[in-house]
Amino acid sequence: MAQAQLSPRLIPDRLRSRSSRLLKSWESLLLVVAIMIFAINSFASPYFLDPWNLSDATFNFTEKAMIAFAMALVIIAGEIDLSVAAIIALSSTMMGLGMSLGFDTPMLVIIGLGTGLLCGAVNGLLITGLGLPSIVVTIGTMSLFRGLSFIILGDQAYTGYPASFAYFGQGYVWWVFSFEFALFVLFAIVYSVLLHKTNFGRAVYAIGNNQTAAMFSGVRVGRVKFILFLLTGLMAGIASICLTSRLGSTRPSIALGVELEVVTMVVLGGVSILGGSGTIPGVVLAAFIMGMVTFGFGLLNVPGIVMSIFIGALLISVIAMPILWSRTRRRGAH
Amino acid sequence: MMAKLLKNREVLLVVAIVILLVAITLRFPGFIAPANLARVYNDTSILIILALGQMAVILTRCIDLSMAANLALCGMVAAMINAAFPGVPIPLLVLGVAALGAALGSINGLLVWKLDIPPIVVTLGTLTIFRGTIFLLSNGAWINAHQMSDAFKALPRASVIGLPMLTWLSVAAVGAIYIVMTRTPVGRAFYAVGGNPHAAVYTGIDVGRTRFLAYCLSGALAGLSGYLWVSRYAVAYVDIAAGFELDIIAACVIGGISIAGGIGSVGGAVLGGLFLGVIKNALPVINISPFAQLAISGTVIIVAVAVNARSEKRKGRVILKKAEAI
Repeated sequence: MAQAQLSPRLIPDRLRSRSSRLLKSWESLLLVVAIMIFAINSFASPYFLDPWNLSDATFNFTEKAMIAFAMALVIIAGEIDLSVAAIIALSSTMMGLGMSLGFDTPMLVIIGLGTGLLCGAVNGLLITGLGLPSIVVTIGTMSLFRGLSFIILGDQAYTGYPASFAYFGQGYVWWVFSFEFALFVLFAIVYSVLLHKTNFGRAVYAIGNNQTAAMFSGVRVGRVKFILFLLTGLMAGIASICLTSRLGSTRPSIALGVELEVVTMVVLGGVSILGGSGTIPGVVLAAFIMGMVTFGFGLLNVPGIVMSIFIGALLISVIAMPILWSRTRRRGAH
Repeated sequence: MMAKLLKNREVLLVVAIVILLVAITLRFPGFIAPANLARVYNDTSILIILALGQMAVILTRCIDLSMAANLALCGMVAAMINAAFPGVPIPLLVLGVAALGAALGSINGLLVWKLDIPPIVVTLGTLTIFRGTIFLLSNGAWINAHQMSDAFKALPRASVIGLPMLTWLSVAAVGAIYIVMTRTPVGRAFYAVGGNPHAAVYTGIDVGRTRFLAYCLSGALAGLSGYLWVSRYAVAYVDIAAGFELDIIAACVIGGISIAGGIGSVGGAVLGGLFLGVIKNALPVINISPFAQLAISGTVIIVAVAVNARSEKRKGRVILKKAEAI
């Protein structure tokens, strides 16, 4: 019994076997939850099943999910990046600055992506170069990046982006599918392949399971981690372009609190916060679930903050469920 | 050896604060006046009280992201009770709210203890749940100064021996937590659990229960701070102290409390909080835009972590050298 009281962090083997056993059923569990919420939504409001409504609903998760894919890799590698929302703010601010200097859309996109990459590189350097814990470093850079936006913007906002810039957040590619949704699908595929089919993906799992062992088996731990933080920075930059374009304005408080939603999405998707396990399809399902919950509550006129109760409860109960389940099974076996 | 290092870290912080004070005083001599310093401490009191609770949790290798939400919920409940029943004696109200905070903290503790859910996930979840609950309770409405009784608003400002009650309360909290940390089995258990949970189990310490107690403590201090916050600023609304959880963790990190658990001291937490407090109070005085505050505190956090990591690394090397010598 004394064993059971230890934090799982200390006994990764136990946790890993538990989660790998449940991995297959985890995604099916999420799928069932997603279908249930879809069904409840379509009964709850007659407006839900309208294709344009459903298409708009994707905006609730596409931007966050794009970051969540990169965040999933970071968390699987046993690190965390809490600065993503601040990177969105800083990228958006820099794009606003560029716009006020008269740059056009292509240049704004380059600025947005470049700022994201640069912020990611700062995180990566601090974490891998100096060997600092990522949770504290990114709490620091979170204040730093957001603070820089505040310094540049003060209490004003940038508005009046060029008309062609609006495409990223408001354009549609095929019939009702938004450009953002197409990006989301593209990145879902890219990250699935990257994590599940390449050596790089194997290295990410290896680092998350046992960093020392990974190092001795020839994985360049520092370089892989640096690339992961570059990726979260880049994805935050892309999300920033979409969000800024969709809102058509930049404020220093843009995307406040998004980092927690992204982490929630990743963890809900079955990625162990302790590292070493998780899949991209799980994160995709979690993104749909969170998006649909938000949308369904929105149709029912439930205020956003009440939704957060539900998301929080969902997070805790979904994580608790397999733990309780495996415990009752273990008891049954004895 | 440990004690020496810890002492050094605190000395380092004191030196940093003194340098900061001297630098500010060069630009604005009035800042260092005792009355002003007392005001700075008073401004930082709530942060210090919260940092003490967070410290206990971090020592046991956990983290409490829900502290600010807990504070806001307890503050709102205190304000609502006061608005509805102005007759409830304030000391009773304060105790009740602290108990409520402890109960909320115990939810975190139970989930971490009984269900083995990682602390960061638990407190991320309860953070959003607590914030949502405030909205459900208040319906999004604000409780303003005129709805609160005078006694409710007066307590933190009441002057005792020349200093406000808020200052005294934080001093009392520091003293109480210092005694708990250094003179009681529970305090030792916090360090033991964070230092080496396996070893702690073999010495007969219940790791889960110790973590549960740490969460109860942080919850109780958050509840107390909830009352202090609401009565001091004489307003309660859903978003009070939004994002403050990161300030609290920052204070701990600056104070040399290792995020990996087991290392840290009450003095460090207090000094870490004070360091942030001095910066926050000094910015407008030396004509730096308050918008720069976030960026500056972010830089300070990164520098502090880098310094902490350095000193921890050095310790590792020394042990290796000793092993080589043998």
